[in-house]
Amino acid sequence: MQKDYNTLENIIRLPHKYAAGPTFTSFYEGLRAGKILGSTCPNCKKVLVPARSFCPQCHANLDEFVEVAHQGEVVSWAYSDKEFFGSPVEPPFITALIRLDGTDCDFLHLLGGKGLSNLEDVQAKVKKGTRVKAVWNEDKIGRMLDIKYFEPVS
Amino acid sequence: MGRPVAIVGSGQTRHGRRFDVSYPELVKEAVDAVFENTGISPQDIDGVVSGTMPSMMEGVALTHFYFADVLRSVGKPILKTETCGSTGVSLAITGYYWIASGLADLVLVVGSEKMNEGDSQATMTTVVEPFYQRYFIAGAPGVFSMQCQEWSNRFGIAEEKVREAATRVTIDHHNDAFDNPYAHIKKKLTPDEVNNARIITYPIRLWDVCPNSDGACAMLFASEKMAKKLGLKSAWVKGVGYSGEEYWFGDSEKAIWQCAIDAARQAYDMAGIKNPRKELDVAEVYNPFTYQEMLYYECFGFCDFGEACDLVLQGVFSREGELPCDPSGGTLCTNPIGATGLNRVAEAALQVTGQAGAHQIPGAKLGLAHAMGGVDQFNGVMILGSE
Repeated sequence: MQKDYNTLENIIRLPHKYAAGPTFTSFYEGLRAGKILGSTCPNCKKVLVPARSFCPQCHANLDEFVEVAHQGEVVSWAYSDKEFFGSPVEPPFITALIRLDGTDCDFLHLLGGKGLSNLEDVQAKVKKGTRVKAVWNEDKIGRMLDIKYFEPVS
Repeated sequence: MGRPVAIVGSGQTRHGRRFDVSYPELVKEAVDAVFENTGISPQDIDGVVSGTMPSMMEGVALTHFYFADVLRSVGKPILKTETCGSTGVSLAITGYYWIASGLADLVLVVGSEKMNEGDSQATMTTVVEPFYQRYFIAGAPGVFSMQCQEWSNRFGIAEEKVREAATRVTIDHHNDAFDNPYAHIKKKLTPDEVNNARIITYPIRLWDVCPNSDGACAMLFASEKMAKKLGLKSAWVKGVGYSGEEYWFGDSEKAIWQCAIDAARQAYDMAGIKNPRKELDVAEVYNPFTYQEMLYYECFGFCDFGEACDLVLQGVFSREGELPCDPSGGTLCTNPIGATGLNRVAEAALQVTGQAGAHQIPGAKLGLAHAMGGVDQFNGVMILGSE
Protein backbone atom coordinates (compact mmCIF):
# COMPACT_ATOMS: atom_id res chain seq x y z
CA MET A 1 0.00 0.00 0.00
CA GLN A 2 1.25 3.42 -0.94
CA LYS A 3 1.23 5.84 1.95
CA ASP A 4 -1.19 8.76 1.68
CA TYR A 5 0.50 12.03 2.51
CA ASN A 6 -1.01 15.11 4.06
CA THR A 7 -2.73 17.77 2.05
CA LEU A 8 -3.56 21.21 3.37
CA GLU A 9 -6.60 23.10 2.14
CA ASN A 10 -6.22 26.84 1.88
CA ILE A 11 -8.77 29.15 0.31
CA ILE A 12 -7.32 32.34 -1.10
CA ARG A 13 -9.75 35.25 -1.27
CA LEU A 14 -8.30 38.49 -2.49
CA PRO A 15 -10.28 41.72 -2.60
CA HIS A 16 -9.48 43.61 -5.75
CA LYS A 17 -11.04 46.81 -7.04
CA TYR A 18 -10.56 46.89 -10.81
CA ALA A 19 -10.59 50.36 -12.39
CA ALA A 20 -12.74 50.24 -15.51
CA GLY A 21 -11.30 53.45 -16.99
CA PRO A 22 -13.26 56.04 -18.95
CA THR A 23 -14.13 53.87 -21.94
CA PHE A 24 -15.48 50.84 -20.12
CA THR A 25 -17.27 53.13 -17.69
CA SER A 26 -19.04 54.69 -20.68
CA PHE A 27 -19.78 51.25 -22.10
CA TYR A 28 -21.35 50.17 -18.80
CA GLU A 29 -23.33 53.43 -18.57
CA GLY A 30 -24.54 52.69 -22.08
CA LEU A 31 -25.74 49.24 -21.02
CA ARG A 32 -27.64 50.77 -18.11
CA ALA A 33 -29.35 53.05 -20.61
CA GLY A 34 -30.17 50.09 -22.86
CA LYS A 35 -27.49 50.88 -25.45
CA ILE A 36 -24.61 48.82 -26.80
CA LEU A 37 -21.74 51.24 -27.41
CA GLY A 38 -18.93 50.67 -29.86
CA SER A 39 -16.15 52.81 -31.27
CA THR A 40 -15.33 53.69 -34.87
CA CYS A 41 -11.66 53.86 -35.78
CA PRO A 42 -11.01 57.08 -37.76
CA ASN A 43 -8.12 55.34 -39.49
CA CYS A 44 -9.30 51.84 -40.51
CA LYS A 45 -13.01 52.76 -40.20
CA LYS A 46 -13.74 49.55 -38.31
CA VAL A 47 -16.61 49.59 -35.83
CA LEU A 48 -15.44 47.79 -32.69
CA VAL A 49 -17.59 46.56 -29.83
CA PRO A 50 -17.36 46.85 -26.82
CA ALA A 51 -16.14 50.44 -27.12
CA ARG A 52 -12.35 50.85 -27.00
CA SER A 53 -10.03 53.67 -26.02
CA PHE A 54 -7.76 52.83 -28.96
CA CYS A 55 -7.86 50.66 -32.08
CA PRO A 56 -6.00 47.39 -31.40
CA GLN A 57 -4.96 47.20 -35.05
CA CYS A 58 -3.87 50.75 -35.94
CA HIS A 59 -3.54 52.23 -32.45
CA ALA A 60 -5.52 55.37 -33.29
CA ASN A 61 -7.12 56.93 -30.21
CA LEU A 62 -10.86 56.34 -30.18
CA ASP A 63 -12.79 58.93 -28.24
CA GLU A 64 -16.20 58.87 -29.89
CA PHE A 65 -18.80 56.25 -29.20
CA VAL A 66 -21.35 54.89 -31.63
CA GLU A 67 -24.48 53.02 -30.67
CA VAL A 68 -24.45 49.66 -32.42
CA ALA A 69 -27.32 47.36 -33.42
CA HIS A 70 -28.92 45.02 -30.90
CA GLN A 71 -29.22 42.36 -33.59
CA GLY A 72 -26.74 40.35 -35.52
CA GLU A 73 -25.65 36.93 -36.75
CA VAL A 74 -24.22 33.99 -34.86
CA VAL A 75 -20.64 33.18 -35.86
CA SER A 76 -20.11 30.21 -33.53
CA TRP A 77 -21.41 28.85 -30.23
CA ALA A 78 -20.47 26.46 -27.44
CA TYR A 79 -22.87 24.54 -25.21
CA SER A 80 -22.29 23.30 -21.68
CA ASP A 81 -24.89 21.94 -19.29
CA LYS A 82 -22.63 21.53 -16.28
CA GLU A 83 -22.52 23.84 -13.30
CA PHE A 84 -19.03 25.33 -13.01
CA PHE A 85 -17.08 27.80 -10.91
CA GLY A 86 -17.89 31.40 -11.69
CA SER A 87 -20.72 30.62 -14.07
CA PRO A 88 -22.82 33.78 -14.46
CA VAL A 89 -26.02 31.79 -15.17
CA GLU A 90 -27.69 28.49 -14.31
CA PRO A 91 -27.01 25.76 -16.88
CA PRO A 92 -27.25 25.50 -19.78
CA PHE A 93 -24.42 27.91 -20.44
CA ILE A 94 -24.38 28.75 -24.15
CA THR A 95 -21.70 31.21 -25.20
CA ALA A 96 -21.57 32.62 -28.69
CA LEU A 97 -19.60 34.93 -30.90
CA ILE A 98 -22.10 37.29 -32.50
CA ARG A 99 -21.41 39.73 -35.34
CA LEU A 100 -23.70 42.64 -34.51
CA ASP A 101 -25.01 44.42 -37.61
CA GLY A 102 -22.68 47.14 -38.85
CA THR A 103 -19.73 46.07 -36.68
CA ASP A 104 -16.38 44.61 -37.68
CA CYS A 105 -15.58 42.23 -34.83
CA ASP A 106 -17.42 39.48 -32.97
CA PHE A 107 -19.21 40.23 -29.71
CA LEU A 108 -18.94 37.53 -27.05
CA HIS A 109 -22.13 36.87 -25.09
CA LEU A 110 -24.75 34.24 -24.22
CA LEU A 111 -27.54 32.60 -26.18
CA GLY A 112 -30.84 31.81 -24.48
CA GLY A 113 -34.61 32.15 -24.58
CA LYS A 114 -36.86 30.90 -27.41
CA GLY A 115 -36.78 27.30 -26.24
CA LEU A 116 -32.99 27.03 -26.21
CA SER A 117 -33.07 24.84 -23.13
CA ASN A 118 -31.10 21.81 -24.29
CA LEU A 119 -28.45 20.85 -26.81
CA GLU A 120 -30.91 19.46 -29.36
CA ASP A 121 -32.77 22.80 -29.41
CA VAL A 122 -29.59 24.73 -29.99
CA GLN A 123 -28.39 22.35 -32.70
CA ALA A 124 -31.73 22.61 -34.49
CA LYS A 125 -32.21 26.37 -34.17
CA VAL A 126 -28.74 27.90 -34.20
CA LYS A 127 -26.41 27.75 -37.20
CA LYS A 128 -23.73 30.05 -38.50
CA GLY A 129 -25.61 33.14 -39.68
CA THR A 130 -28.70 32.61 -37.50
CA ARG A 131 -30.20 36.03 -36.70
CA VAL A 132 -30.30 36.85 -32.99
CA LYS A 133 -31.35 39.87 -30.94
CA ALA A 134 -30.46 41.11 -27.48
CA VAL A 135 -32.92 40.41 -24.66
CA TRP A 136 -32.43 42.88 -21.82
CA ASN A 137 -32.95 42.53 -18.11
CA GLU A 138 -35.58 44.85 -16.71
CA ASP A 139 -33.31 46.05 -13.92
CA LYS A 140 -30.14 47.33 -15.50
CA ILE A 141 -27.14 47.94 -13.27
CA GLY A 142 -24.50 48.93 -15.83
CA ARG A 143 -22.86 45.51 -16.17
CA MET A 144 -22.34 42.98 -18.97
CA LEU A 145 -25.36 40.88 -18.02
CA ASP A 146 -27.78 43.79 -18.38
CA ILE A 147 -28.14 41.98 -21.68
CA LYS A 148 -29.64 38.72 -20.43
CA TYR A 149 -28.78 36.83 -23.59
CA PHE A 150 -29.29 36.88 -27.34
CA GLU A 151 -32.21 34.90 -28.68
CA PRO A 152 -33.05 33.76 -32.21
CA VAL A 153 -35.22 36.17 -34.19
CA SER A 154 -38.08 34.14 -35.61
CA MET B 1 21.53 35.94 -36.02
CA GLY B 2 22.84 34.71 -32.68
CA ARG B 3 25.30 31.93 -31.91
CA PRO B 4 24.33 28.28 -32.55
CA VAL B 5 22.41 26.74 -29.63
CA ALA B 6 22.25 23.07 -28.63
CA ILE B 7 19.92 21.14 -26.36
CA VAL B 8 22.14 18.69 -24.53
CA GLY B 9 19.57 16.87 -22.42
CA SER B 10 16.16 16.72 -20.79
CA GLY B 11 14.43 15.25 -17.77
CA GLN B 12 10.70 14.64 -17.39
CA THR B 13 8.82 13.50 -14.32
CA ARG B 14 6.22 10.79 -14.15
CA HIS B 15 2.88 12.49 -14.83
CA GLY B 16 -0.47 12.05 -13.18
CA ARG B 17 -2.05 13.00 -9.87
CA ARG B 18 1.12 13.57 -7.92
CA PHE B 19 -0.10 13.98 -4.35
CA ASP B 20 2.86 11.81 -3.37
CA VAL B 21 5.14 14.88 -3.56
CA SER B 22 4.96 18.60 -2.80
CA TYR B 23 5.26 21.04 -5.69
CA PRO B 24 9.00 21.78 -5.16
CA GLU B 25 9.66 18.04 -4.80
CA LEU B 26 7.97 17.48 -8.16
CA VAL B 27 10.17 20.13 -9.80
CA LYS B 28 13.22 18.53 -8.16
CA GLU B 29 12.38 15.23 -9.84
CA ALA B 30 12.76 16.81 -13.31
CA VAL B 31 15.85 18.85 -12.38
CA ASP B 32 17.60 15.84 -10.84
CA ALA B 33 16.69 13.78 -13.93
CA VAL B 34 18.29 16.18 -16.41
CA PHE B 35 21.54 16.33 -14.42
CA GLU B 36 21.55 12.54 -14.01
CA ASN B 37 20.78 11.94 -17.71
CA THR B 38 23.61 14.23 -18.84
CA GLY B 39 26.17 13.79 -16.07
CA ILE B 40 26.45 17.57 -15.89
CA SER B 41 27.10 19.14 -12.51
CA PRO B 42 24.54 21.76 -11.35
CA GLN B 43 27.39 24.08 -10.39
CA ASP B 44 28.34 24.39 -14.08
CA ILE B 45 25.14 26.14 -15.15
CA ASP B 46 25.28 29.88 -15.79
CA GLY B 47 21.60 30.60 -15.08
CA VAL B 48 18.09 29.27 -14.75
CA VAL B 49 14.84 29.95 -16.61
CA SER B 50 11.64 28.72 -14.95
CA GLY B 51 7.97 29.04 -15.74
CA THR B 52 4.46 27.92 -14.93
CA MET B 53 0.90 28.92 -15.72
CA PRO B 54 -0.20 32.30 -14.31
CA SER B 55 0.09 32.36 -10.51
CA MET B 56 -3.63 31.85 -9.89
CA MET B 57 -3.13 28.22 -10.91
CA GLU B 58 -0.04 27.71 -8.77
CA GLY B 59 -1.47 28.57 -5.34
CA VAL B 60 1.81 30.39 -4.65
CA ALA B 61 2.45 33.65 -6.44
CA LEU B 62 6.23 33.63 -6.66
CA THR B 63 7.07 30.13 -7.84
CA HIS B 64 10.67 30.79 -8.86
CA PHE B 65 11.30 31.91 -5.27
CA TYR B 66 9.48 28.83 -3.90
CA PHE B 67 11.54 26.62 -6.23
CA ALA B 68 14.87 28.50 -5.81
CA ASP B 69 16.62 25.59 -4.07
CA VAL B 70 15.34 22.74 -6.23
CA LEU B 71 16.14 24.79 -9.36
CA ARG B 72 19.77 24.91 -8.17
CA SER B 73 19.54 28.65 -8.73
CA VAL B 74 21.02 30.00 -5.51
CA GLY B 75 23.81 32.40 -6.44
CA LYS B 76 22.86 32.37 -10.15
CA PRO B 77 20.79 34.63 -12.38
CA ILE B 78 17.19 33.44 -12.67
CA LEU B 79 14.45 34.43 -15.12
CA LYS B 80 10.76 33.64 -15.11
CA THR B 81 8.84 33.29 -18.37
CA GLU B 82 5.09 32.89 -18.37
CA THR B 83 2.76 32.93 -21.37
CA CYS B 84 -0.09 30.68 -20.22
CA GLY B 85 -0.28 27.46 -22.26
CA SER B 86 2.65 28.46 -24.44
CA THR B 87 4.89 28.90 -21.38
CA GLY B 88 6.92 25.78 -22.25
CA VAL B 89 7.90 26.93 -25.72
CA SER B 90 8.47 30.46 -24.38
CA LEU B 91 10.80 28.94 -21.77
CA ALA B 92 12.74 27.15 -24.48
CA ILE B 93 12.91 30.33 -26.55
CA THR B 94 14.16 32.25 -23.48
CA GLY B 95 16.88 29.66 -22.94
CA TYR B 96 17.70 29.87 -26.63
CA TYR B 97 17.98 33.69 -26.52
CA TRP B 98 20.25 33.55 -23.48
CA ILE B 99 22.71 31.18 -25.12
CA ALA B 100 22.40 32.71 -28.63
CA SER B 101 23.18 36.15 -27.20
CA GLY B 102 26.59 34.95 -26.03
CA LEU B 103 25.89 35.89 -22.41
CA ALA B 104 25.75 32.29 -21.15
CA ASP B 105 27.12 28.90 -22.17
CA LEU B 106 24.90 26.54 -20.17
CA VAL B 107 21.36 27.31 -19.01
CA LEU B 108 18.84 25.19 -17.12
CA VAL B 109 15.25 25.59 -18.35
CA VAL B 110 12.38 24.23 -16.23
CA GLY B 111 8.60 24.19 -16.65
CA SER B 112 6.16 22.75 -14.15
CA GLU B 113 2.54 22.43 -13.14
CA LYS B 114 0.50 20.78 -10.41
CA MET B 115 -2.94 21.01 -11.93
CA ASN B 116 -4.68 18.68 -9.52
CA GLU B 117 -4.09 20.84 -6.46
CA GLY B 118 -6.32 23.72 -7.55
CA ASP B 119 -9.41 24.05 -9.69
CA SER B 120 -8.05 24.42 -13.22
CA GLN B 121 -11.35 25.56 -14.73
CA ALA B 122 -11.80 28.21 -12.04
CA THR B 123 -8.27 29.55 -12.28
CA MET B 124 -8.46 29.67 -16.07
CA THR B 125 -11.34 32.12 -15.86
CA THR B 126 -8.93 34.49 -14.10
CA VAL B 127 -6.70 34.56 -17.18
CA VAL B 128 -9.00 37.27 -18.52
CA GLU B 129 -10.25 40.59 -17.13
CA PRO B 130 -13.53 40.77 -15.19
CA PHE B 131 -15.25 43.52 -17.18
CA TYR B 132 -16.29 41.52 -20.20
CA GLN B 133 -14.58 38.26 -21.13
CA ARG B 134 -14.51 36.60 -17.69
CA TYR B 135 -18.28 36.19 -17.78
CA PHE B 136 -18.06 34.10 -20.90
CA ILE B 137 -14.66 32.36 -20.83
CA ALA B 138 -15.66 29.45 -18.65
CA GLY B 139 -12.30 27.73 -19.00
CA ALA B 140 -10.66 26.36 -22.11
CA PRO B 141 -13.28 24.09 -23.75
CA GLY B 142 -15.81 26.80 -24.67
CA VAL B 143 -13.21 28.81 -26.54
CA PHE B 144 -12.00 25.77 -28.45
CA SER B 145 -15.56 24.66 -29.25
CA MET B 146 -16.23 28.02 -30.87
CA GLN B 147 -12.92 27.90 -32.73
CA CYS B 148 -13.68 24.40 -33.99
CA GLN B 149 -17.06 25.54 -35.32
CA GLU B 150 -15.54 28.61 -36.94
CA TRP B 151 -13.01 26.36 -38.67
CA SER B 152 -15.47 23.73 -39.92
CA ASN B 153 -17.91 26.43 -41.11
CA ARG B 154 -15.17 28.42 -42.83
CA PHE B 155 -14.03 25.47 -44.91
CA GLY B 156 -17.35 23.65 -45.21
CA ILE B 157 -16.16 20.53 -43.41
CA ALA B 158 -19.12 18.33 -42.44
CA GLU B 159 -19.56 17.91 -38.70
CA GLU B 160 -19.56 14.11 -39.15
CA LYS B 161 -16.20 14.22 -40.90
CA VAL B 162 -14.67 16.41 -38.19
CA ARG B 163 -15.99 13.93 -35.61
CA GLU B 164 -14.61 10.92 -37.47
CA ALA B 165 -11.15 12.50 -37.86
CA ALA B 166 -11.08 13.75 -34.24
CA THR B 167 -11.95 10.23 -33.10
CA ARG B 168 -9.06 8.84 -35.13
CA VAL B 169 -6.71 11.45 -33.61
CA THR B 170 -7.59 10.60 -30.02
CA ILE B 171 -7.56 6.81 -30.52
CA ASP B 172 -4.12 7.01 -32.15
CA HIS B 173 -2.63 9.27 -29.48
CA HIS B 174 -3.95 7.34 -26.50
CA ASN B 175 -2.46 4.28 -28.13
CA ASP B 176 0.86 6.09 -28.84
CA ALA B 177 1.04 7.05 -25.17
CA PHE B 178 1.68 3.40 -24.19
CA ASP B 179 5.15 3.74 -25.73
CA ASN B 180 5.96 6.97 -23.87
CA PRO B 181 7.14 6.19 -20.33
CA TYR B 182 6.25 9.73 -19.20
CA ALA B 183 2.69 9.87 -20.58
CA HIS B 184 -0.20 10.29 -18.16
CA ILE B 185 -3.29 8.76 -19.84
CA LYS B 186 -2.71 5.55 -21.80
CA LYS B 187 -5.83 3.84 -23.04
CA LYS B 188 -7.12 1.58 -25.80
CA LEU B 189 -10.17 3.45 -27.02
CA THR B 190 -12.87 2.29 -29.43
CA PRO B 191 -14.68 4.64 -31.84
CA ASP B 192 -17.97 4.01 -29.99
CA GLU B 193 -16.41 4.90 -26.66
CA VAL B 194 -15.08 8.18 -28.09
CA ASN B 195 -18.17 9.15 -30.09
CA ASN B 196 -20.56 8.48 -27.20
CA ALA B 197 -18.42 9.96 -24.43
CA ARG B 198 -20.03 12.66 -22.34
CA ILE B 199 -20.10 16.14 -23.79
CA ILE B 200 -17.75 18.62 -22.12
CA THR B 201 -18.72 21.63 -24.25
CA TYR B 202 -20.49 20.68 -27.44
CA PRO B 203 -19.07 19.54 -29.88
CA ILE B 204 -16.17 18.59 -27.63
CA ARG B 205 -16.49 15.29 -25.79
CA LEU B 206 -14.43 13.78 -22.99
CA TRP B 207 -11.79 12.08 -25.16
CA ASP B 208 -11.31 15.23 -27.25
CA VAL B 209 -9.83 16.99 -24.21
CA CYS B 210 -6.45 16.78 -22.49
CA PRO B 211 -6.25 15.69 -18.83
CA ASN B 212 -5.24 17.66 -15.73
CA SER B 213 -1.69 16.45 -15.11
CA ASP B 214 0.94 17.16 -12.49
CA GLY B 215 4.47 17.13 -13.85
CA ALA B 216 7.66 18.99 -14.66
CA CYS B 217 10.24 19.09 -17.42
CA ALA B 218 13.85 20.30 -17.24
CA MET B 219 16.23 20.89 -20.14
CA LEU B 220 19.79 22.08 -20.60
CA PHE B 221 20.60 24.56 -23.39
CA ALA B 222 24.26 25.01 -24.35
CA SER B 223 26.52 27.01 -26.62
CA GLU B 224 28.36 25.21 -29.44
CA LYS B 225 31.61 25.39 -27.51
CA MET B 226 29.98 23.90 -24.40
CA ALA B 227 28.13 21.21 -26.39
CA LYS B 228 31.39 20.11 -28.05
CA LYS B 229 33.13 20.00 -24.68
CA LEU B 230 30.33 17.93 -23.14
CA GLY B 231 30.24 15.53 -26.10
CA LEU B 232 26.58 14.60 -25.52
CA LYS B 233 24.04 13.71 -28.21
CA SER B 234 22.66 17.17 -28.98
CA ALA B 235 19.67 18.63 -30.78
CA TRP B 236 20.33 21.97 -32.47
CA VAL B 237 17.88 24.86 -32.53
CA LYS B 238 17.33 25.58 -36.23
CA GLY B 239 14.50 28.07 -35.91
CA VAL B 240 12.20 29.83 -33.44
CA GLY B 241 8.95 31.70 -33.99
CA TYR B 242 6.45 33.31 -31.67
CA SER B 243 3.44 35.41 -32.47
CA GLY B 244 0.46 36.83 -30.63
CA GLU B 245 -2.75 38.56 -31.53
CA GLU B 246 -5.20 41.11 -30.17
CA TYR B 247 -6.55 40.63 -26.66
CA TRP B 248 -10.29 40.52 -27.37
CA PHE B 249 -11.36 37.06 -28.48
CA GLY B 250 -13.77 38.30 -31.15
CA ASP B 251 -11.29 40.69 -32.81
CA SER B 252 -9.48 38.19 -35.00
CA GLU B 253 -10.28 35.13 -37.03
CA LYS B 254 -9.35 31.83 -35.43
CA ALA B 255 -9.84 29.52 -38.44
CA ILE B 256 -7.18 31.09 -40.67
CA TRP B 257 -5.29 31.72 -37.46
CA GLN B 258 -2.68 34.38 -38.12
CA CYS B 259 -0.50 34.00 -35.02
CA ALA B 260 -0.17 30.24 -35.59
CA ILE B 261 0.65 30.80 -39.26
CA ASP B 262 3.18 33.53 -38.41
CA ALA B 263 4.91 31.63 -35.60
CA ALA B 264 5.50 28.67 -37.93
CA ARG B 265 6.58 30.91 -40.82
CA GLN B 266 9.15 32.73 -38.66
CA ALA B 267 10.60 29.42 -37.51
CA TYR B 268 10.58 27.92 -41.04
CA ASP B 269 12.29 30.99 -42.51
CA MET B 270 15.03 30.80 -39.91
CA ALA B 271 15.47 27.06 -40.45
CA GLY B 272 15.28 27.36 -44.25
CA ILE B 273 12.22 25.08 -44.44
CA LYS B 274 10.19 25.48 -47.64
CA ASN B 275 7.96 22.40 -47.57
CA PRO B 276 7.33 21.43 -43.95
CA ARG B 277 5.42 18.22 -44.69
CA LYS B 278 8.29 16.90 -46.80
CA GLU B 279 11.19 18.28 -44.80
CA LEU B 280 10.06 17.67 -41.21
CA ASP B 281 10.45 14.11 -39.91
CA VAL B 282 8.30 14.54 -36.81
CA ALA B 283 6.15 17.23 -35.17
CA GLU B 284 5.15 17.64 -31.55
CA VAL B 285 2.11 19.83 -32.08
CA TYR B 286 0.37 21.20 -28.97
CA ASN B 287 -2.95 19.36 -29.02
CA PRO B 288 -5.01 20.05 -25.91
CA PHE B 289 -8.08 19.39 -28.08
CA THR B 290 -8.38 16.95 -30.99
CA TYR B 291 -9.91 19.52 -33.31
CA GLN B 292 -7.19 22.02 -32.67
CA GLU B 293 -4.44 19.59 -33.66
CA MET B 294 -5.99 19.36 -37.14
CA LEU B 295 -6.36 23.12 -37.41
CA TYR B 296 -2.66 23.44 -36.63
CA TYR B 297 -1.73 21.05 -39.45
CA GLU B 298 -3.32 23.57 -41.78
CA CYS B 299 -1.90 26.71 -40.15
CA PHE B 300 1.59 25.16 -40.11
CA GLY B 301 1.42 24.35 -43.82
CA PHE B 302 1.42 20.56 -43.35
CA CYS B 303 -1.55 20.62 -45.75
CA ASP B 304 -4.03 23.06 -47.30
CA PHE B 305 -6.83 24.68 -45.31
CA GLY B 306 -9.84 22.39 -45.02
CA GLU B 307 -7.78 19.33 -45.89
CA ALA B 308 -6.58 18.07 -42.48
CA CYS B 309 -9.53 15.79 -41.67
CA ASP B 310 -9.15 13.85 -44.92
CA LEU B 311 -5.40 13.45 -44.44
CA VAL B 312 -5.84 12.34 -40.82
CA LEU B 313 -8.25 9.65 -42.00
CA GLN B 314 -5.66 8.58 -44.60
CA GLY B 315 -3.08 8.23 -41.83
CA VAL B 316 -0.72 10.92 -43.16
CA PHE B 317 0.02 12.20 -39.62
CA SER B 318 -0.01 8.91 -37.72
CA ARG B 319 3.10 7.10 -36.39
CA GLU B 320 3.77 5.29 -39.69
CA GLY B 321 2.54 8.20 -41.84
CA GLU B 322 4.35 10.75 -44.00
CA LEU B 323 4.71 13.26 -41.14
CA PRO B 324 4.20 11.62 -37.73
CA CYS B 325 2.61 14.08 -35.30
CA ASP B 326 2.71 13.67 -31.53
CA PRO B 327 4.16 10.15 -31.38
CA SER B 328 4.48 10.83 -27.62
CA GLY B 329 0.68 11.00 -27.34
CA GLY B 330 1.07 14.74 -27.04
CA THR B 331 -0.80 17.18 -24.85
CA LEU B 332 -3.98 15.17 -25.37
CA CYS B 333 -2.59 12.46 -23.06
CA THR B 334 -0.37 14.54 -20.75
CA ASN B 335 -0.97 18.17 -19.83
CA PRO B 336 0.94 19.74 -16.93
CA ILE B 337 0.35 23.14 -18.55
CA GLY B 338 3.47 25.08 -17.49
CA ALA B 339 5.59 22.09 -18.56
CA THR B 340 3.55 20.91 -21.55
CA GLY B 341 5.22 23.09 -24.19
CA LEU B 342 8.65 22.17 -22.83
CA ASN B 343 7.64 18.50 -23.03
CA ARG B 344 7.00 19.11 -26.73
CA VAL B 345 10.54 20.54 -27.12
CA ALA B 346 12.04 17.70 -25.04
CA GLU B 347 10.21 15.10 -27.12
CA ALA B 348 11.32 16.69 -30.41
CA ALA B 349 14.92 16.77 -29.07
CA LEU B 350 14.72 13.08 -28.09
CA GLN B 351 13.43 12.26 -31.58
CA VAL B 352 16.12 14.09 -33.57
CA THR B 353 18.87 12.61 -31.38
CA GLY B 354 17.47 9.08 -31.72
CA GLN B 355 16.76 8.75 -28.00
CA ALA B 356 12.95 8.50 -28.01
CA GLY B 357 12.96 4.78 -27.25
CA ALA B 358 9.78 2.83 -28.07
CA HIS B 359 8.14 5.81 -29.79
CA GLN B 360 11.22 6.77 -31.84
CA ILE B 361 10.42 7.76 -35.43
CA PRO B 362 13.19 5.92 -37.32
CA GLY B 363 15.84 8.25 -38.70
CA ALA B 364 14.19 11.49 -37.53
CA LYS B 365 16.55 14.40 -38.19
CA LEU B 366 14.32 17.48 -38.22
CA GLY B 367 11.47 18.08 -35.78
CA LEU B 368 8.96 20.75 -34.83
CA ALA B 369 7.82 21.60 -31.30
CA HIS B 370 4.91 23.91 -30.59
CA ALA B 371 2.69 25.36 -27.86
CA MET B 372 -0.30 27.71 -27.65
CA GLY B 373 -1.38 30.05 -24.87
CA GLY B 374 -3.97 32.55 -23.72
CA VAL B 375 -7.49 32.73 -25.09
CA ASP B 376 -6.34 31.51 -28.52
CA GLN B 377 -3.87 34.37 -28.33
CA PHE B 378 -0.28 33.11 -28.57
CA ASN B 379 1.57 30.48 -30.59
CA GLY B 380 5.22 29.50 -30.35
CA VAL B 381 7.23 27.14 -32.56
CA MET B 382 10.76 25.73 -32.29
CA ILE B 383 12.51 23.69 -34.99
CA LEU B 384 15.18 21.23 -33.87
CA GLY B 385 17.70 19.41 -36.03
CA SER B 386 20.19 16.61 -35.47
CA GLU B 387 23.05 18.80 -36.66
